[in-house]
This record gives sequence, C-alpha cells and structure tokens, in this order.
Amino acid sequence: MAIDRSAVGRELPGPTLLITRSRLRNFAAATGQTDPVYTDLDAAKQAGHRDLPVPPTFLFGVDLECPEPLTFLADLGVDLRTVLHGEQRFDYREMAYAGDELSTNGRITAIYDKKGGMLEFIVKDTQVTNQHGALVAEMRSVTVVQNRTPEMTT
Amino acid sequence: MTAPVLEIGAELPPLVIDPISRTTLALFAGASGDHNPIHIDLDVARSAGLDDVFAHGMLSMAYLARLLTGWVSQERIRTFGVRFTAITPVHGRPTCTGTVASIDEVDGERLATLALRVTLADGTTTLLGDATVALD
Repeated sequence: MAIDRSAVGRELPGPTLLITRSRLRNFAAATGQTDPVYTDLDAAKQAGHRDLPVPPTFLFGVDLECPEPLTFLADLGVDLRTVLHGEQRFDYREMAYAGDELSTNGRITAIYDKKGGMLEFIVKDTQVTNQHGALVAEMRSVTVVQNRTPEMTT
Repeated sequence: MTAPVLEIGAELPPLVIDPISRTTLALFAGASGDHNPIHIDLDVARSAGLDDVFAHGMLSMAYLARLLTGWVSQERIRTFGVRFTAITPVHGRPTCTGTVASIDEVDGERLATLALRVTLADGTTTLLGDATVALD
C-alpha cells in the first residue's frame, strides 16, 4: 500500500488537556518515578516549581487526548496494527505544570519510504502551547508503517 | 539542583528498570493516553500475527527521561530525541545509560550533548537517543 503523498502539509488540529495532579501522579506511578518532585506538591515547590511539573515525555500524550487520536493514520489508509513508533523528538521552550491547559497543533511534514516501499515513514510535527498561548515544546514524531507481515519484524 | 561537574566521556549513573509487567503496560496506557491496543490486548496482538503484546516505545523514552531528570533538574533539558531500534517485549528489563558526548557554548549558554541508550538484559539496544542540557 502506498500512502498518498499529497497528505504532506495536512494540518492536524489537536485537543486541549487540563493537566491534573492526579494524572501526573498516575504517570509517575506507571513509569516508576520515585522523585517526589513529580508527585508531592511540597517537594515540587521546594525545588522551585509552581506546581507538579509535567515530565519531559508526558507531552506526547497531550496530542492523544481526543476520542480517536490516531484518525490521521486511518485517514491515510494505514492499518494501526502495522505501525511502529520510529522516532520521537522534543524541543523544549517552557516548563508546564499541573493546572496548565495544554493544546496541540500538528502537521504532516513528510512521507517517504525505504526498502522498495516495504517501509513507509510519516513525519508529524506538533506544537504544544499553554493557556497563555506560549510555546511549551515542539515535537516531531516519525511513524513507521510496515507493509508486510508483522511477524517478520524485529 | 546544581549542574554536575562533568567532562566529555563522563557517564551518567545508569538507571536499571525492573522487568516490565502487563500491569505496567496497562497503567502506562491510561496515564500516557496511548491506548493503542497492540500494547495491552493480547487478542489484537495475535490478530496482527504477533505472539504477544509489546511495550510502548514511549514507556522506554519515559525511563530515559528519568535518567535525565535524575541527573539535572528538568528545566535544564533543551532537547531530547530518540530512535526506537527494537521493540521491548513483556518482561523485558531495560537499562538506561548516557554519556557526555560534547560540551558547547550556544547563545551564551553552556550546553552538554548527551548520547543516550536503552538496552535489554540480552544486550538488544531498543532506543538510541540524544539530549542537550544547559549546564549554567
């Protein structure tokens, strides 16, 4: 299956997520984070933070806070069972904290293939902004589509 | 937290993670917002021809982030990127490592570039990455 290259440039408006302390504590628990700065408000404030900090990779999930977050892949005709996360990058501009409302705005910036079309790559660039309109981070995500049987992959 | 004294080639204290359980994958799906069933639903994994579910790549990246924030306070992290080079199976035991690859001055700020890696107990490299952190 060849993905329609005309999708490059497509805008992907994202959701808005109110960051709660409980969600951040759940994330800390799921990732084994024991540094109290990420779970205990007093520890966070003692470390100079105004609330529990949003940890570095949590921002990736902000973009997923809508009923059908992977629609953009389905819209490209991609079977979600064939995709792998190829690359992820963050460029941080400002810290975010519990209580902030973060919004994302994405765009498909490249689609290319390797191995004679066996593997296709979808590059999505996403901006994360806070409730004041300030840029919190820029994210780049590369999704790999495997146009072959999954059991042959690593 | 003050910036650590360091030199090129210095190693960050490694972060060894307990074997990844199915419970961890379920909790991470909910907490991260990544509900892709390939990581939590054995039926879906089998329908895709896999023997089992496998861990979210972003779970391993979150572990790498713990390596970074255990070393410098988070507001010093300027960039952080990885390539996912192999999947992490259930019960995989990741170890996160990092070394100082270079130290440069950019726009009046001293930045360390770190080379990052996650490996499993059998030696498989699952993530290769880099980060830049401010030292001053």
